[in-house]
Amino acid sequence: MTATTARRLNAIGLIITVITVFCAIIWAFPLYWAVISSLKPEHEVVRPYIELWPETFTVSHYVFALTETEIGRWYVNSILTAIAVTVLTVSSSLFCGYAISQLNFPFRNVLWWLILASFMVPMQTLIVNHFELVAGLGLINTWSGIVLPQLIHPVIIIVYKQFFDGVPKDFREAAVMDNASEWRILTKVYIPMNWGVTTALSIVCFIWSWNSFLWPFLAVTKTDMMTITVGITQVNDAFGVYYARQLTAAVLAGLPVAMAYLIFQRRVTEAITLSAGIKG
Amino acid sequence: MMLRNRRNEALFALALVAPFVAIYGLVFVYPTIRLFMISLTDAPLIGDGNFVGFDNYARLPSDRRFGTAVWNTAYFVLITVVPGTLVAFAIALGVNRLAGRLQAAILALFFLPYILPVSVVYLLWDWTLNFQFGIAMYLFDMLGIARIPVFKSTAWFMPAVGIITIWWTAGFSILLFLAGLRTIPTEIYEAAALDNAGRWSTFRRITWPLMWPITALVLTIQLISQLKIFDQVYLFSVGGRPNDNVVLVYYVFQRAFQSDQGGRAAAVAVVLFVIVIVVSVLNFQLTRLSGGRDR
Repeated sequence: MTATTARRLNAIGLIITVITVFCAIIWAFPLYWAVISSLKPEHEVVRPYIELWPETFTVSHYVFALTETEIGRWYVNSILTAIAVTVLTVSSSLFCGYAISQLNFPFRNVLWWLILASFMVPMQTLIVNHFELVAGLGLINTWSGIVLPQLIHPVIIIVYKQFFDGVPKDFREAAVMDNASEWRILTKVYIPMNWGVTTALSIVCFIWSWNSFLWPFLAVTKTDMMTITVGITQVNDAFGVYYARQLTAAVLAGLPVAMAYLIFQRRVTEAITLSAGIKG
Repeated sequence: MMLRNRRNEALFALALVAPFVAIYGLVFVYPTIRLFMISLTDAPLIGDGNFVGFDNYARLPSDRRFGTAVWNTAYFVLITVVPGTLVAFAIALGVNRLAGRLQAAILALFFLPYILPVSVVYLLWDWTLNFQFGIAMYLFDMLGIARIPVFKSTAWFMPAVGIITIWWTAGFSILLFLAGLRTIPTEIYEAAALDNAGRWSTFRRITWPLMWPITALVLTIQLISQLKIFDQVYLFSVGGRPNDNVVLVYYVFQRAFQSDQGGRAAAVAVVLFVIVIVVSVLNFQLTRLSGGRDR
């Protein structure tokens, strides 16, 4: 212990710590700069020198964005599609991961290998065929069209299977002895046991979907059906060349996910390390 | 009784996997088969075309924009993968020294960009590097460097987007490195300290070798995700020179959605598909080999 303490206290260590903190502040500065610029009146934003603090605070850009533009509508589109993606992906993956881990059924191994293999496939290469499929179903410019191709995240099944594999077999055997139905075993024993993983995976799935750009960008051509991540980059005339307004749009689009991260910090980092194949 | 139980179990299992299998078939298996099929035709974006054999592939070597796309993708991988991994490793080492609330706060500052959508990252940096009013340009003025229209200049475009991408995605790699650093037992460091090992030799002989598996993982994840780059390049190119900045996915997008040539776009997509699969399989084999040697 004394060795560690001594090492921590020495001068080089202190310098490294100071450098780390300094770098962190520089690293996050563009975020601060965007937020602070969105709270300045436009004429202060374009002053030809650096002002780290607004002379006059104003929320007028926020009022403008929420009342005069389609941002409210885009928020609704983003929230609904992200919730749909999250619920459908997480539940179908949970069921599938549980079945592969705990139950015997024909073609179980084939299915598992297919899932592992699809983990490697770059979804971006399927855009042409996704478009063809979604257009064929008449779902371009609809919520379902935005949601559908986002429903495949093999990694969520892989994480679930690992977790269910870790549950001792006795649990299942004891429940079977008690004549509990399969559905009861799943919902009363296995799901509650893994609530933590489910919460964590749901939060990151929501964030992934909220942040997805390429597919929602292709699937929607009408401005009123855009998600917020697409809308704020596609509809410039809504904001004109007012920098403060554009930054306001950026802050509004980033706020929900940033808040989700700051509130559920531990869960988010847990889910992200899990999804990279490292077990917490 | 036993037999009925087993049949029930199988039926229940099939009911559980059915939703996933249905989605998987519809939005994964079917599109993948279609991808390979239409790459052999002259199909437009929507609808069928005539079978043309391997014509779409045969044209690629002499297709100048495809050449640009391959080059730009490779260049982007080169300037982001290794530098991004090193930056993230250095930051993780710094953050790992801190403790408690300070560590959580500093980690959050480094991690926050990763959680943001690409469009926010785009608007943020487009503003920061704005030729007229960007804060970076004021810094350039102070340092006596001439202002650069970053996203309109071919030479600066890729490096700038590369640095922004490192800034945006480092948080993810930092998390993985931190998870790795936490698994190194403190006893090893204490023993090294007792042996009077210096800071540098401790790092070189303990931290670095023990962190190598995580480093390899981060490098692979970075390599695969940067091969698939599109979003940032597309966004920053708007109003600039998209044809000079084109990368593979961008080229697929241009062929399919701007030239209405689904077949030719699919051929380019297949090339990328194969590259990513080969890289993944190679990496899997390599880690298996080196893992076998270590044990």
